[in-house]
Amino acid sequence: MSTDEKTIEQPVSFEFSDENREKIKAQLAKYPKGKQASGVMPLLDLAQRQSGGWLPRAAMDHVAEVLDMAPIRVYEVATFYTMYNLKPIGDHHVQVCTNVPCWLRGSDNVVSACRKKLGIEFGETTEDGKFTLSEVECQGACVNAPMVLIGDDFYEDLDEGSMAAILDELQGGGTPTPGPQNDRKGCEPLGGLTSLKDQKGDG
Amino acid sequence: MLDDKDRIFQNIYGLKDTSLAGAKAVGDWDGTKDLIKKGREWIVDEMKASGLRGRGGAGFSTGMKWSFMPKESGGRPVFLVINADEGEPGTCKDREILRNEPHKLVEGALLASVGIGAGAAYVYVRGEFLREAEALQRAVDEAYADGLIGKNACGSGYDFDMYVQLGAGAYICGEESALIQSLEGKKGQPRLKPPFPANVGLYGCPTTVNNVESIAVAPTILRRGATWFTSFGRENNSGTKLFCISGHVNTPCTVEESMSIPLKELIETHAGGVQGGWDNLLAIIPGGCSVPMLPRNICETVLMDFDGLSEVKSGLGTAAVIVMDKSTDLVSAIARFSHFYSHESCGQCTPCREGTGWMARMMDRMVKGEMTIDEIDLLEQVTKQVEGHTICALGDAAAWPIQGLLRHFRPEIERRLENRQSIDSGKAA
Repeated sequence: MSTDEKTIEQPVSFEFSDENREKIKAQLAKYPKGKQASGVMPLLDLAQRQSGGWLPRAAMDHVAEVLDMAPIRVYEVATFYTMYNLKPIGDHHVQVCTNVPCWLRGSDNVVSACRKKLGIEFGETTEDGKFTLSEVECQGACVNAPMVLIGDDFYEDLDEGSMAAILDELQGGGTPTPGPQNDRKGCEPLGGLTSLKDQKGDG
Repeated sequence: MLDDKDRIFQNIYGLKDTSLAGAKAVGDWDGTKDLIKKGREWIVDEMKASGLRGRGGAGFSTGMKWSFMPKESGGRPVFLVINADEGEPGTCKDREILRNEPHKLVEGALLASVGIGAGAAYVYVRGEFLREAEALQRAVDEAYADGLIGKNACGSGYDFDMYVQLGAGAYICGEESALIQSLEGKKGQPRLKPPFPANVGLYGCPTTVNNVESIAVAPTILRRGATWFTSFGRENNSGTKLFCISGHVNTPCTVEESMSIPLKELIETHAGGVQGGWDNLLAIIPGGCSVPMLPRNICETVLMDFDGLSEVKSGLGTAAVIVMDKSTDLVSAIARFSHFYSHESCGQCTPCREGTGWMARMMDRMVKGEMTIDEIDLLEQVTKQVEGHTICALGDAAAWPIQGLLRHFRPEIERRLENRQSIDSGKAA
């Protein structure tokens, strides 16, 4: 799949689906009257999801129309925040954190597992359009480092082997279980609690 | 060590039921109506007396901040905005509150809103925390359904609404005025102050912006009393606190401990100690990537609180402890942070926009050993020119990690550059 910006095929038009129209109504009810511009980020997110993971120009223009905003104000937002993709991406967006807490725990190995498995570098998409690989900043799961974000889910406590296994599973059409890939549930210390010790997990 | 009975977050690991029923079972929403009935002044005074200092990094008194809100808003609505844009490298405590203890945040939002006279609260959750935002939304829905929030919240006669909003990946939105801009549907660029949000905040209305943890601890403080909270930690540094311990430790974790706990005790009790033993420690960043690092000899005795860490020219920040053992190339670590700040600079102020990129390029040259020794002074000078010369603290935050590196490890850096240069001159000959 080409991701060169000049060769991106921009769809001619965009309209929100009926389902998304309902969601938008509920979203805009959260803001005071006349402040519907507050909905620009949630609406861009909906538009991106509806468009298969990226924001075509027509979608941004449609969001501007729905919110009665100047299109330039919407473009400003879409280009300021890193989670909006302005060009098509693969089905699975693998976003690897390489910031220091992850790096100290071996994110280099996670990166190399991705490179080896997918045969692509950061910013690239596989030929079959299945995977896009990105380098990202801290995702806020540092005590479960290293981690990657794939789609909407965190995969944590990774090493080269578990990263490769996750990619294999996705490749085969499966859904790997998110969260820590070792024996812990969340951010508790591995191998036994040091506080709240009465908790065996009754929930 | 803090007793379990004095831990505010009884379900921080999510090992128990996180729903409303589970939250009530560990004491959330207990007597909330009575707390509301005690009134705005009582809430603010109790929070002031508790000595709670903001848990988002700056450490300003939460009660004091609430007291700055105008008593009369002149007909304008008043807002509470909760900052859940957690993204300071090393920090991952708010995530656990959002997904495992969301009811503490909802109840805290109600009580804080009574304290500042707000009718609605917006929680701005970083975009990548979609699952956490979903967990919070479930809690909000449960609280509405149970009559705990909404019209006549808890049967108190107070009307209160709560909304969850997602960001989209911008570290700068953790800065309160950038967050407000973003909530209004704009680029997240910090605003000049004054006016402060207490007078001109969200939609131009009086607004208080608080960190998730500051709000989530409020109900317990109000229930158990300010004197209970001040019984932990040193004077002016009271309470309990969530610490995130990451990096080269045996068992990285998030844990609630007493403020002023010695750093070494924190790591050895909860994180299984430094990998390879304490003597294998090189340096620790004690409060998220923005605060200067500390070498081992200081880590030996320093106490984890605002004053203790500022005495050694660092800071408590978000209490995110990043541990680095002797295998770490500190120059590469700080260079990575410099790239982070360069990436996250909003581009509004010239010293930050240009300076963060410049510092990152200089750090890359230091990593490669291409820098000359007098350029170390130049780099330090530039950090001072960025620090304090920008609208928000991102410029300062970009400068401090480099200053910390130079303060404590300058001889090592000089040796590195000398070695490199002697290799180069050897090649030339």
